[in-house]
Amino acid sequence: MAIRNPSVPATLWSGARTGAFHLVAGVLAVLFLFPLLWAVLNSLKSPTEANASPPTFLPSSLSLGNYETLGKYGAGIAAYTGNSLLVALVTVGGTVVFSVLAGYGFSRYEFRGKNLTFVTILAILMVPYATMLLPLYLLLGVLGLQDSLIGLGLVLVMFQLPFGVLIMRNAFDSIPRELEEAAFLDGAGALGALRHVSLRIVTPGVVTVGLFAFLASWNEFLAPLIFLNTGDKFTLPLMLVSVREGTFGQIDFGALQAGIVVAMVPCVALYLVLNRYYVTGLLNGALRG
Amino acid sequence: MAVSKSTAHAGRTGALFVAPAGLLTLVLFVIPLGILVWMSLQDYPLLGKPTFTGFDNYLDIPGNEVFIQAIGFTLAYTVVTTVVMFLISFVLVAIANSRRRATKFYRTSYFLPYVVGTAAATLLWFVDSDPVIGVFNQVLVGLHLVDKPIAFLASPTLAFWSIIVLVSWKFMGFQVIVLLMGLQSIPTALFEAARVDGASRWQQLRFITIPSLRPTLALLFILSVTGSLLAFDQFLILTKGGPDNSTVSVVFAVYNTAFVNFDMGKAAALSVVLLVVLLLISAIQLPLLRRKDV
Repeated sequence: MAIRNPSVPATLWSGARTGAFHLVAGVLAVLFLFPLLWAVLNSLKSPTEANASPPTFLPSSLSLGNYETLGKYGAGIAAYTGNSLLVALVTVGGTVVFSVLAGYGFSRYEFRGKNLTFVTILAILMVPYATMLLPLYLLLGVLGLQDSLIGLGLVLVMFQLPFGVLIMRNAFDSIPRELEEAAFLDGAGALGALRHVSLRIVTPGVVTVGLFAFLASWNEFLAPLIFLNTGDKFTLPLMLVSVREGTFGQIDFGALQAGIVVAMVPCVALYLVLNRYYVTGLLNGALRG
Repeated sequence: MAVSKSTAHAGRTGALFVAPAGLLTLVLFVIPLGILVWMSLQDYPLLGKPTFTGFDNYLDIPGNEVFIQAIGFTLAYTVVTTVVMFLISFVLVAIANSRRRATKFYRTSYFLPYVVGTAAATLLWFVDSDPVIGVFNQVLVGLHLVDKPIAFLASPTLAFWSIIVLVSWKFMGFQVIVLLMGLQSIPTALFEAARVDGASRWQQLRFITIPSLRPTLALLFILSVTGSLLAFDQFLILTKGGPDNSTVSVVFAVYNTAFVNFDMGKAAALSVVLLVVLLLISAIQLPLLRRKDV
């Protein structure tokens, strides 16, 4: 495309190229965004209109009817959202606390078994997680954590550990020790030095680890599918799939799309607000597709 | 190097910091790995008692037609997904790397589907590709590209390509953003020097961009291959493995063995095989990643 026709003025040529760029880029952007926006639009149609064939483009009137239907579905959308939030809370909390402590320990101390422990934690990344769910299902049964949101959260913490520990260890490695030594001289203990001095500096790392843990737990499908049996304990993705199964062979497409919106809005919002941390995370190797 | 003066004491402190993560890894990773291998050597009905049967579960695998078919399907899916995603992501990353106005908006649009969960994204696709109320058919009919609505999930070929399009839409943004980070980490001085030497755009691409991106490309290749080999959600949700079991992936077959046929022993043996294969792939591909300095 670099060959220019000498008879065409350069500005016109570059104008045409910019136009073509925006045309292609814009059409692609529409293709990528359309399914997401379409679900939002449909969820706000009245339940009858959302299930109409052929579909209407713009809603004839805005309605929260589909969300009301979801409120009455099974244990109610609020309960399923609560389940998802509980799992996310355990996953994010557990991952952050365990990763910060371990990252600090690996960065600052020497102890027996250090390398073995570190390599074992990283080995979690090498093992495809889908193959681990069967024995975990049995083990959670033995521990009394089968069909439990806490048990599910703990398993998700384990899968997030390698990423979290790696990020936090690197974060602590990049802080000069002198800061902590000063705190020790002032009489702080090991935990105190961690809390008052280093933790503030590694906040970006903590946000990154928490963000990835949240997205992973909120969106996880296979693990809750295997671990949770009781309908009332379903997380949002499982609940959506059962809405899709329909009642008496009739699928309520309006309610389904409202549910999809509830499931995707937190992820999109978090990404838009925290995308700086997201990119840092990817750079540091959050590369578990 | 401990901060404290007493090394023995510092050693204990370090171990205490690592203990929670270490304990969780032991209980939920190391022990289950052992259980997995043990399970694979048993005749183990989901709700019954296990009995030791040695390697029977492994010896049964070659005769397991559903699983063999799933391997073929998963390999085809992996090859097609990887090729399609790489081709399209090159176009998208060229756009995302532009200095023109609105580039940031384009970049974000391509990336957003990636942060949405696979289950939610797949259900979107389920609604939109419905022959009766789906918008895809409405657009195609409206543009007179087809006469009557297409049942996208009714034939094996259409179902396969529907999943390819869904997966490309959903995961493309990740590939674009990683490629973009790779591109932007190439020192601009290299390009400036090349321009001074009179290198054409094509030569810059061929001798600077592509060689510098090699580790990134290798990484994306590994992630695409391993991710596709383990794909599950989209098949269970969009096609339920159908039509005629034509879209049953390997992980789906393992899931069915355990929770539809209630055969935990066989499912565990299949898992072990899958695990070993993926470890081998990673081991073979590791040198690709290390070539940064060549």
